[in-house]
Amino acid sequence: MTSAIELAAAVRRGDTTATSLAEGALAAIAAGDGAINAFLHVDAEGALAAARRVDAAVANGEDPGPLAGVPVALKDNLCTRGVPTTAASRILEGWRPPYTATVVDRLVGAGAIPVGKTNLDEFAMGSSTENSAYGPTRNPRNHARVPGGSSGGSAAAVAAGMVAIGLGSDTGGSIRQPAALCGVVGFKPTYGMVSRYGLIAFASSLDQIGPLARTVADAAVCLEVIAGHDPRDSTSLREPAPSLLDALHDGVKGKTIGLVRELVDGSAPDVEAAVAASAVTLRDAGATVIEMSIPEMRLGLSAYYLIAPAEASSNLARYDGVRYGLRVDADDLTTMNVATRTKGFGDEVKRRIMLGTYALSAGYYDAYYGRAQRVRTLLSRAFAVAYGRADLLLGATAPTTAFELGAKTTDPMAMYLSDVFTIPSNLSGDPAMTVPFGSGADGLPVGVQLLGPARSERLVVAAAQVLEDAAPS
Amino acid sequence: MTIREGYEMVVGLEVHTELKTATKLFCGCPNVFGEAPNTNVCPVCLGLPGSLPVLNRGAVELAMAIGAALGCAIRPSSFHRKNYFYPDMPKDYQISQYDEPINVGGALELPDGSRVGIERAHLEEDTGKTTHVGASGRIHGAERSLVDYNRAGVPLVEIVSDPDITSAAQARAYAAELRSILVATGASDGRMEEGSMRVDANVSVRELGDATLGTRCEIKNLNSLRSLQRAVDHEAERQSELVASGGRVVQETRHWDEGAGKTVTMRSKEEAYDYRYFPEPDLLPLAPDDAWRDRVTAGLPALPAARRATLLGLLGDPTASQRDQVLSVVELGLDTMVTSAVSAGVEATLALARVANEVAAIEGTAIEGAERLDVAGVVTVLEMEQAGELSATQAKAVLADLAEHGGDPRELAARRGFEQLDAGSLDATIDELIVAFPDEWTRYQQGDDKLAQFFVGQVMKQTKGQADGKAVIAGLARRR
Repeated sequence: MTSAIELAAAVRRGDTTATSLAEGALAAIAAGDGAINAFLHVDAEGALAAARRVDAAVANGEDPGPLAGVPVALKDNLCTRGVPTTAASRILEGWRPPYTATVVDRLVGAGAIPVGKTNLDEFAMGSSTENSAYGPTRNPRNHARVPGGSSGGSAAAVAAGMVAIGLGSDTGGSIRQPAALCGVVGFKPTYGMVSRYGLIAFASSLDQIGPLARTVADAAVCLEVIAGHDPRDSTSLREPAPSLLDALHDGVKGKTIGLVRELVDGSAPDVEAAVAASAVTLRDAGATVIEMSIPEMRLGLSAYYLIAPAEASSNLARYDGVRYGLRVDADDLTTMNVATRTKGFGDEVKRRIMLGTYALSAGYYDAYYGRAQRVRTLLSRAFAVAYGRADLLLGATAPTTAFELGAKTTDPMAMYLSDVFTIPSNLSGDPAMTVPFGSGADGLPVGVQLLGPARSERLVVAAAQVLEDAAPS
Repeated sequence: MTIREGYEMVVGLEVHTELKTATKLFCGCPNVFGEAPNTNVCPVCLGLPGSLPVLNRGAVELAMAIGAALGCAIRPSSFHRKNYFYPDMPKDYQISQYDEPINVGGALELPDGSRVGIERAHLEEDTGKTTHVGASGRIHGAERSLVDYNRAGVPLVEIVSDPDITSAAQARAYAAELRSILVATGASDGRMEEGSMRVDANVSVRELGDATLGTRCEIKNLNSLRSLQRAVDHEAERQSELVASGGRVVQETRHWDEGAGKTVTMRSKEEAYDYRYFPEPDLLPLAPDDAWRDRVTAGLPALPAARRATLLGLLGDPTASQRDQVLSVVELGLDTMVTSAVSAGVEATLALARVANEVAAIEGTAIEGAERLDVAGVVTVLEMEQAGELSATQAKAVLADLAEHGGDPRELAARRGFEQLDAGSLDATIDELIVAFPDEWTRYQQGDDKLAQFFVGQVMKQTKGQADGKAVIAGLARRR
């Protein structure tokens, strides 16, 4: 399969057209998505119109940008003007935003062709894309397995070759875990590196948008395009996008990489073996690999499941039936609010709203939300100490390869544990990337995870490139 | 209607004022009043999924100006979310300041010399406006409700007083003084009728001499100074009568019914919301640096108390009615006219009287956006009156012309035929009249002072009102 960088180069050279790439992506979706259900909405008309604009630019001798003609998929929690945006929830069925997310504007500005909106766990709450109100997405490598989640639609679309790049959002691992389970690259940047304007919020202090792609280089070019300060997002870093492509081949020679026990413990033996093999690869490339323990990481999951639901309970209050989306009519306001939310939200969303509401309630705030925030601070300090010893950290992305549909739907805790290795980076706000590295006993892909301190994206992609170059097929 | 004897009231006020910024607190929508419903809205102030707030620098500056004017400490602060469901609140939470407000401490000295402490003055966003269509005009029993989000996201500062107020009149004086300060700083237009300044009163009563506070009730919907005073008075009476008859005040929110002249229960403590405050993750902490703070403080205009002192100083030994005039002139923001006129040589008493009466009357009836009297024009009229070029009556007429048409007061006076009568021509007129009315002159000479008015009338007739009555009487007296 051709990479996004190669496709863009071909379009810029005039060897192919954006229109033919868009048509190809649309055909691949038409042929393959019936079985996978990666897309909630395919915008053929919009894609072809965007492609014609790119082709016209090339014809005029203009450069459409580094993603010229590259078909991309957008997680359906990213607002797209006039195009249905549901967050995979009934409560937003039929809603067409009057504005477009900053990241989508930037992708289009770089010549990319958004072909559609991809499936997710409702409001990005889940780890298998089974919590979608519009049916689960299936793993392209094995249709009986989940693609992971919550960005399962984007991961599956990229893995199936329908698009070269997908955008996801990562609140507790929602880019990295599905990327690992589908065998693609997934990159969660430093918090604030990418604007959240137009991302339907799940947990604002943790949410971060990032790319899913088939190669490290494609993820890097996509991040270069979407990163950089946005005045519409107050939490966006006041600095330009990092330059990443020129760091891809920096290698890891002389770097110290910490293999973190807490990022491996509890994972399946085949996953553990893949991580060990990746450590050898990095050592062979000139890095010093040291074994480390960061015990505070064990507290991450508990803190996360208080902070994220607390923020979510507030972020999701606006879906009250008054202004947009679903409304279940009733005789009075409160009954209408309750009926709308009862019908519009799925079980997992309701569970987290209740958890979060409880955690913020008078008399419980200090014991739950307050304590979780202190744990978060503790964890950030532990990361800082670790980065005093190592340039990067290494571990597993997910404890297992892709599990079967339905395997964890009745046991929320088992599902939550799928994110145990990814959550710490969200709590600290630091960048982390998953790279496919071999397969498990079931023949399904395994991802290994590289973690770095804030703004260390250049280091992370360099190490990821080393792993990609050496990855067993 | 007043508090029962043997009891005292303890009152604290929460004043919400809309800030006069060009745009809303977290988005670029215009901050204007009276537009067609739902026209000044965008994804941010409508709270659409995915939208994010960006703090308005101008609003922060006005909030700091208010804090500086009230003597508050301007502190590093942060925003919280106040969560509760209400249809006129687009996100179903309000972004407000909670445990770290921008302004802390401070005090307001009232014209009578009393002092009311200020606990805090913090920034927050306004809600939209719900109109309940149906018989009652209230949410219960409404046929339907319409929401206008134009006001959603308009910047507010909430100013919370200490419970230092001990009478309804003092509550009113506090609100009036605060309004003058808000107008003076340019932070607000202080219009209570339009809701740009809104007052809630926390009222409790206790037996005189009791050190502990009684249970308080919060009264909402006080949209004029008069309502505030009446409501506080009524509520103190209600509570004191209740306590005196062995009852207990229940902590609750009460609604002031202006028509019925009483407060009624709105919601009890049991129905009170748990707002689940937590730090707003979409905004960074707000920590104005020293330079910014100093610039705002240095840029503060003279405040009402200082301006009153200036006028009183000009008067020397003011009468009670002049003190009232000073109060109202400063409250109306007309005091620069007085000080400018005095600088130009006009007597302070004359300048104050004209500004407090004629000018204030004109300004009071001016419609929104109409041309106000300009200081230079008013000063010229007062100078002319001081110099005897215009009589009091003429001066008032010229001020009215000035308000209506504008222009040069001397030309306006000339157009009305108020040419200055020189002393020689006035003397000639008086001499002619003495000859023309010998009987009346004789009676005047014999001591009938009433005849002076007869001659003044004749002079006015001859001169078409251009003469100064006092000058005529002086002329007559000299010839007696």
